[in-house]
Amino acid sequence: MKRLMLGNEAVARGAYEAGVTVATAYPGTPSTEITEAIAARYDNIYSEWSPNEKVALEVAIGASIAGARSICSMKHVGLNVAADPLFTVSYTGVNGGLVIVVADDPGMHSSQNEQDSRFYARSAKVPMLEPSDSQECKDFVKKALEISEEFDCPVILRLSTRISHSQSLVEMEGKEDYKLKDYKKDFNKYVMMPGMARKRHVEVEKRMARLREFSETTSLNKIEWGSTDIGVITSGISYQYAKEAFGDVSYLKLGMVYPIPEKLIREFAGKVKKLYVVEELEPFFENQIKKMGIEVTGKELLPVIGELSANIIREKVLGEKVETNVAVNEAIPVRPPVMCPGCPHRGTFYVLKKLKLTVNGDIGCYTLGALPPTESMDTCVCMGASIGMAHGMEKARGRDFSRKTVAVIGDSTFIHSGITGLIDIVYNKGNSTVIVLDNSITGMTGHQENPTTGFTIKGEPTKQVDLVKLANAIGIDRVRVADPFNLKEFEKVVKEEVEADEPSLIIAQRPCALLKRSVTFIGPLKISSEKCRKCKVCMTIGCPAIVDKGNSIEINDALCVGCELCTKVCKFDAIEKAGANCAKS
Amino acid sequence: MQNLNIMIVGVGGQGTLLASRILGAVALKKNYDVKVSEVHGMSQRGGSVVTYVRLGEKIHSPLVEKGEADIIISFEQLESMRWAEYLKCGGKFIVNEQKIDPMPVIIGKAKYPENIIEKIKDNCKETIVVDALGIAKKSGNIKTVNTVLLGVLAKSTSIEKEVWLEALKETVPSRFLDVNMKAFEEGYSLQA
Repeated sequence: MKRLMLGNEAVARGAYEAGVTVATAYPGTPSTEITEAIAARYDNIYSEWSPNEKVALEVAIGASIAGARSICSMKHVGLNVAADPLFTVSYTGVNGGLVIVVADDPGMHSSQNEQDSRFYARSAKVPMLEPSDSQECKDFVKKALEISEEFDCPVILRLSTRISHSQSLVEMEGKEDYKLKDYKKDFNKYVMMPGMARKRHVEVEKRMARLREFSETTSLNKIEWGSTDIGVITSGISYQYAKEAFGDVSYLKLGMVYPIPEKLIREFAGKVKKLYVVEELEPFFENQIKKMGIEVTGKELLPVIGELSANIIREKVLGEKVETNVAVNEAIPVRPPVMCPGCPHRGTFYVLKKLKLTVNGDIGCYTLGALPPTESMDTCVCMGASIGMAHGMEKARGRDFSRKTVAVIGDSTFIHSGITGLIDIVYNKGNSTVIVLDNSITGMTGHQENPTTGFTIKGEPTKQVDLVKLANAIGIDRVRVADPFNLKEFEKVVKEEVEADEPSLIIAQRPCALLKRSVTFIGPLKISSEKCRKCKVCMTIGCPAIVDKGNSIEINDALCVGCELCTKVCKFDAIEKAGANCAKS
Repeated sequence: MQNLNIMIVGVGGQGTLLASRILGAVALKKNYDVKVSEVHGMSQRGGSVVTYVRLGEKIHSPLVEKGEADIIISFEQLESMRWAEYLKCGGKFIVNEQKIDPMPVIIGKAKYPENIIEKIKDNCKETIVVDALGIAKKSGNIKTVNTVLLGVLAKSTSIEKEVWLEALKETVPSRFLDVNMKAFEEGYSLQA
């Protein structure tokens, strides 16, 4: 039976069919649905949201050494966090098969950079596979587990946004009856002290030699012969774009992207008149092929920035002009993402803007606070960076500057990698004010549980991190809990804490407006045309439901949820609950 | 059948996902190869969103590119303008009349363009303008905007109506089925 599945769902299915029993992840677009699907569909697999990618990989390594087939999934920048265990698990090798899934985001649909994860495979000396559709997502997970066990190493499965988030047809198969491998204590293999690691590095190099041989013959790498006037070496989603653009030419499709099959590439190159490499982001294949002394064209024509497409190949490589019919020649206003109606962050950023603070931001929905009309975020680098950066600003510019500086970070991001930054502030005698935006969920990636929510990935109740006690325990005496929709109180708390000559933590507590289990709103509001003076102060909060109609300010009742934040900034009491015909309650 | 390239464009939160799921189910029933590409994550937060659906004998790229769409279904006027150049020469435009102001318009930094429908019609002869919100309200549920538009789309393709109805039955939860069937019929009969 065939089913239409996201690449991510197909990865989950592959793990199930291969008998994986432990799956770990930290949510991150475009990888999140892998572990969500495992938790929702496959009860025989233990799954968890780990606090961050490093822990997720360590849990999966433990499971592998204990004999289980395991899978650990993350977005590309997550692999930076998990790089430490990655480089050394390459030395220890595995027991049960271990697959690390990493989803790159060329074009940065939902990311802060567009790094190319293939370089991790090369520098950590582990094999990497790259599927080109959902069927291959499923097949390659199984293949990766086999390679992992045969060559005693973790295997990275590299996805990209268009593979993860495209649905295509997948043939369902049954589940393999995989038995836990025996666990044997083996400190020469699993305890990486210098004496043992030196020996293991020798094994790693032997393994790489065997893997290079394997890549020459594996069915993962395929030649499709067509016209030999042009030969294209490609992989993953780039293969699909190349097929659209070049049509009937010859292809060497690499399913195993590291190590590459040098003999096969030589053979292919020798039989075609003109050789191209089509790859998204960096010239990873191209540089290796050029080093082999083979003439090939790639990045001199194709961009290293952003996604590829069939049209880009047609224009840049084939010199074809793409014809379009309808183009409306007029400036079209952009439609950037916005905080939802009812979003708790709107109150926080309204206050931060009012107080004209320097705001070190972090990764999450609240990063949207950097955009108009609030525009109250100064920095955003990576998960957890806000806290260390606020501390660095104080150390650089002194206490007066830090009285005008805060860090803002979401609850999930704080657990991910904010705690260590906070300890740094306390330990090194900083005075920074850190605001945890506690909306009771991991928001941007689509509502995943985390250690502060009190629920597991399966929705089972569990212990909840007590942020107040946590802050007290690491030495923060000033901890305040405040509702960011209580604007007056929230403003007072922020003012007091930035003034205090010691570190402080403010927990801005209000659930995500989309969180059904804990949010109740009164339903759409309206603006009284009699009371409204058109001062437009309500528009400064940046709510998408409040619209300037020229002659009047109106509330879009299809968008308004009735969070009542706007009623708190209106000086004329002009905003009230809409009439009974619109009301929900 | 020749490959059929469809784009569904709108604003994050408008419910374009159901339409693409039903399209996927239709393709499966017809034994076509199919790819559906969506956007998740940041742009879903009230941003401009697009779903690509491609069906045919053999589909490679999951994306519909500029000048390649046979049909564009737009859930919102400004979005129809934004994606217009993706339409193929002679392609069909299904435009919902609904308007949603983007943030630059809300805060007065940009103007919502005027007479969008006329401009689209000037460029594309095969434009169908639908008051999907009005029809959805009439059918009994404001949330069936997407099913109304799907009905209009169904009529625009050569795929049998029965196949669409079966796909609808499989995809929509049973308690919402009646109202969605009604909305679909309203859309389907619109351009007879």
